[in-house]
Amino acid sequence: MRLLEIGLFAVRGVTANKLRSTLTTLGILIGVASVILLIAVGNGASTAVQQSIAGLGTNILTISPQRGGGGNPSAASSSKPLTVADATALADRTEAPDVKSASPVSSTSATASVGSTSYSVSQFLGTDPAYFETTNSSVASGSLFSTDDVAQGRKVVVLGATVATQLFPAADPVGNTVLVNNIPFTVIGVLAAKGSSGLQDGDDIAVSPLTTVQNALTGYAGLSQIVVQATTADTLPAAQAQATTILNSRHRIGIGQTADYRMLSQEQLLTARTATTDTFTVLLASVAAISLLVGGIGITNIMLVTVTERIREIGIRKAVGAPKSTILGQFLVEATMLSLFGGALGVAAGVVGSQFTIAGIKPVIVPSSVLLAFAVSALIGLFFGSYPASRAASLRPIEALRHE
Amino acid sequence: MSDPVIEVRELRKTYGSGDTAVHALRGLNLTVERGEYLAIMGASGSGKSTLLNILGCLDVPTSGSYLLDGIDTAEFDEARLSLLRNRKIGFVFQSFNLIPRTTALANVELPLVYAGVRRAERRKRANAALELVGLLDRAHHAPNELSGGQQQRVAIARALVTSPAMVLADEPTGNLDTESSREVLGILDRLNAIGRTVVLITHEDEVARHASRTIRVVDGQVAGVLV
Repeated sequence: MRLLEIGLFAVRGVTANKLRSTLTTLGILIGVASVILLIAVGNGASTAVQQSIAGLGTNILTISPQRGGGGNPSAASSSKPLTVADATALADRTEAPDVKSASPVSSTSATASVGSTSYSVSQFLGTDPAYFETTNSSVASGSLFSTDDVAQGRKVVVLGATVATQLFPAADPVGNTVLVNNIPFTVIGVLAAKGSSGLQDGDDIAVSPLTTVQNALTGYAGLSQIVVQATTADTLPAAQAQATTILNSRHRIGIGQTADYRMLSQEQLLTARTATTDTFTVLLASVAAISLLVGGIGITNIMLVTVTERIREIGIRKAVGAPKSTILGQFLVEATMLSLFGGALGVAAGVVGSQFTIAGIKPVIVPSSVLLAFAVSALIGLFFGSYPASRAASLRPIEALRHE
Repeated sequence: MSDPVIEVRELRKTYGSGDTAVHALRGLNLTVERGEYLAIMGASGSGKSTLLNILGCLDVPTSGSYLLDGIDTAEFDEARLSLLRNRKIGFVFQSFNLIPRTTALANVELPLVYAGVRRAERRKRANAALELVGLLDRAHHAPNELSGGQQQRVAIARALVTSPAMVLADEPTGNLDTESSREVLGILDRLNAIGRTVVLITHEDEVARHASRTIRVVDGQVAGVLV
């Protein structure tokens, strides 16, 4: 009987002033929704970065020449360059069963021009067709060059997305001729955009057959890189060991001697990825904390205003003989109803809002953030809805009545 | 002869402290007999409202004793004071103090809810109280849909719905026009006629004339009895 009466009072209290109740609900709604949405956006960005790193290829070894190394310490200058023969040896099925392919790469920077438009390509690569697969590069239009193009040394080029838009802002580049350091190359394809990873623009690139590049641009002195692809990500350590053995024997490097090449595994990229993810986790946590704080302050405000506005009503109730516990019960139930209702609406708004792409980021909801936002907002609403009421209920009736 | 309803001895009330302390009541003595109709007059700031608030258990004195029905209220804790306010006292304010956005009927029912009276019984008694003040047809109107005089009559219905031993009224006609004042005073007269103790504060001799006894409060003390 008594509890039912308190509940009825609370319902009447909530419905008596619809504007006030709506504003309170709105305050909690915005608090909860903003927390869920901000965390979802942060999480979405983090996921996007992880995917773009994964897009770079997860099972690659990069071998590059190391200056100053050498098989024989007494003849430091005898360090051998990386050669096409090295690359061929690394791709040997029996010697290195875990290596899927090894692409020799000769790279330089070059100036490409079409008519009066010229552009400085930061990475002009000569390599073989396997390189595209190794680096997860796919063609957006046209085609890639073939093994035959490499063997014949044809002057064909595949442009990265950035280079293509710089040189051919409007037209389709495929089939056109580009002058690279004044040597004409035929554009046979454009790579799909990869986006930038870190500081480097992954699309500021042009790829031609190795023989062509060595012949026309870099000469035959030595390779810039050999890019080795392991059969799977799991066999990468085995592939690395096999590649090391092969190269050490070919370059006559004994045990304990410094190698004349440098082998970078994916570990470094993985480390970078972990660091990026960690940064995002910290960012996420601070965004969550700030949104919760801001949301919480909003809820606190509206609840304090709501109760302060009603101190006079509390005085009237006390004057006609309401015990403190009954008044407290009423305000507690009112605050609970508003908090739960507002919180539920906030969760709905947050979930709906995160279905849209925001500033180019597809938000991904973190389930625990929904729970956290709801729980914290409800608790704050409950506390600041009932604590000031309890203080008002402790006043002498005449003090509460005089409150304006 | 039975005990007096109200017996106040050496009542003092001080607001603030030190040099800025305001002494609203300075050792006031007062006895009100059962069934009496007492008017309290006095200039503004004389302490008459403070006195009535203490009599209505809305405020507590700084010192002195207040015996209600022979029991010292100083011994009561907050829970028992609220019970006292609910059962024994009906308070009528100058500014009505109805709960906004709540119907007249619900306002009148309020003390009965806190008294734990069942719903059907509550409805019956609230309707009876509204009928007594002549507002049964306005039972489902909110306070802002009623005139000042009607609001005050609802407030009186709320004060008498629990059949309290005494009705305290703080300038009940202060905010009302002549016609409404006459109606409100008529209701108080009738309440007194059926044996309720009525204590009211007023500025006007016209109102005080309804009372069986009038006292004047000057500087926090009873100055003299006027007939």
